[in-house]
Amino acid sequence: MRVMVIVKATANSEAGHLPSEELLAAMGRYNEELVKAGVVLAGEGLHPSSRGRRIQFRDGERRIVDGPFAETKELIAGFWLWQVTSMDEAMEWARRCPDPMPGEAAELELRPVFEPDDFGPALTPELRAQEDRLRATLEGRGEA
Amino acid sequence: MSAPTTKAAIEAVWRVEAPRLLGGLTRFVRDVELAEDLAQEALVAALERWPETGIPANPGAWLMTTAKHRGIDAARRRRMIDARHAELAQDAPATAPTAEAGDAGDDVLRLILISCHPVLSKESRVALTLRLVGGLTTDEIARAFLTTEPTIAQRIVRAKRTLAEARVPFEVPAGADLVARMPSIFEVLYLIFNEGYAAAAGDAWMRPALCQDAMRLGRILAAHVPDEAEAHGLVALMELQASRMRARTDARGNPILLLDQNRARWDHALIQHGLAALGRAMALRQPLGVYTLQAAIAGCHARAREAAQTDWPRIVALYDALVELTQSPVVELNRAMAVGMAFGPAEGLALVDALVAADLLDDYHHLHAVRGELLEQLGRLAEAHAAFARAATLTTNTREQAVLTQRAARLAPAVPRRPAP
Repeated sequence: MRVMVIVKATANSEAGHLPSEELLAAMGRYNEELVKAGVVLAGEGLHPSSRGRRIQFRDGERRIVDGPFAETKELIAGFWLWQVTSMDEAMEWARRCPDPMPGEAAELELRPVFEPDDFGPALTPELRAQEDRLRATLEGRGEA
Repeated sequence: MSAPTTKAAIEAVWRVEAPRLLGGLTRFVRDVELAEDLAQEALVAALERWPETGIPANPGAWLMTTAKHRGIDAARRRRMIDARHAELAQDAPATAPTAEAGDAGDDVLRLILISCHPVLSKESRVALTLRLVGGLTTDEIARAFLTTEPTIAQRIVRAKRTLAEARVPFEVPAGADLVARMPSIFEVLYLIFNEGYAAAAGDAWMRPALCQDAMRLGRILAAHVPDEAEAHGLVALMELQASRMRARTDARGNPILLLDQNRARWDHALIQHGLAALGRAMALRQPLGVYTLQAAIAGCHARAREAAQTDWPRIVALYDALVELTQSPVVELNRAMAVGMAFGPAEGLALVDALVAADLLDDYHHLHAVRGELLEQLGRLAEAHAAFARAATLTTNTREQAVLTQRAARLAPAVPRRPAP
């Protein structure tokens, strides 16, 4: 399964304060550990909402709103996309994350990604697709 | 109020720590079997202790220290402190759990190298790798390979015995020796992936969890040998192929050809990750290997927003290199198909007919399916009909057979109707 790990914004992240060298180093080590465990699919930090923009849909109208946005605790400062086997595994990795916002109340939120049918029930009928003819299988060699 | 420490949470810690723990223990006791027993004992201890104490700050170190102490205790009890246990005792003074120093990264690589050691049969390598590095239970492995738990358990026991008898060294080799071990690992991971991606015969069932396991193992490997272009190439190949999984079949499970697939249904997160891995493989500027070449071909498809935008000449060039490396007629057949797309069906057909003339792959259904496709494009419908009909008799996959029979029927020469009596 995939889990999106959302790093919630804080006053400092919204003010555009960059992380300390110490935190960057700790995060670097943590990310390396995640990569070495084969967990990471994506991960980015976001600029403060002052550089963000919104489009609001209402009654068929589209209204553009420029940042910054007020509700700091509901904003996000970064995210990861992880491939894990369970929410418990994701929680265990998240528990190991360095405090992302030292000196402030920080929060990570973990949300399973909705995957409608791709990796769904373990026994989805499937067969060797004919796209194989376009895949270079190395059958002659692979069994050598 | 924090959530209670559940069995599932402890097992999640275990999954995260197991490869490093096993790799580290193997380094100390130089015996995979003993290392696994000690690790299991540490897990049992954690399941007893942690629900009360909570998960320790450094659970990996706790498990390692506990496992080592168990090893020492057992050895004392049995009054057989031989050399390897003495070494273990030296290494684990009876102190409180502390952070484990040393190169944990090497320990995971060590475990991969041992699990994929060339002295083991291919199927033993697969089972051991999933068990030791992938953290799957024997039951999970058995279900994935549609066999019984005792069969897999037996296979793993035999594999460990073989490793012990062959006195496989536990050091991680360096330089050229390490590079020489890679193909055996790549082969195992790609085998696991393909086992999940496609089954060879009959009413096949896809087992996507195996694909996930193989991709994860590939990412772990690539992170540990970042200078090996083919490791990144293999990750890219698996991810780019897996990105098409949900577009490969229709709602009834019938196959959809690559060029007919709805590309919006491709998994674009996997495509991005796969293309990034392909970029890392290319950036190392090593001679392109079989996995990187195949990944590059898959990358051509992944980059095309519509089938019509596919860069067929580049695909042909990549197949040229792949044919040279593999000398495989199957790859030549794929190349012929690509040539047909790039330079017209007559050119492609000439290559297929050369394979036919050389009496290669005559009983391979894809050859006749490709031939039928090219003949149909050339308007030679009677011959196309015969080719599809022959392909249908050769495949053992029932669904594929149905599709080929249907294509043959559509091209069937008109049978003159008998006049009504």
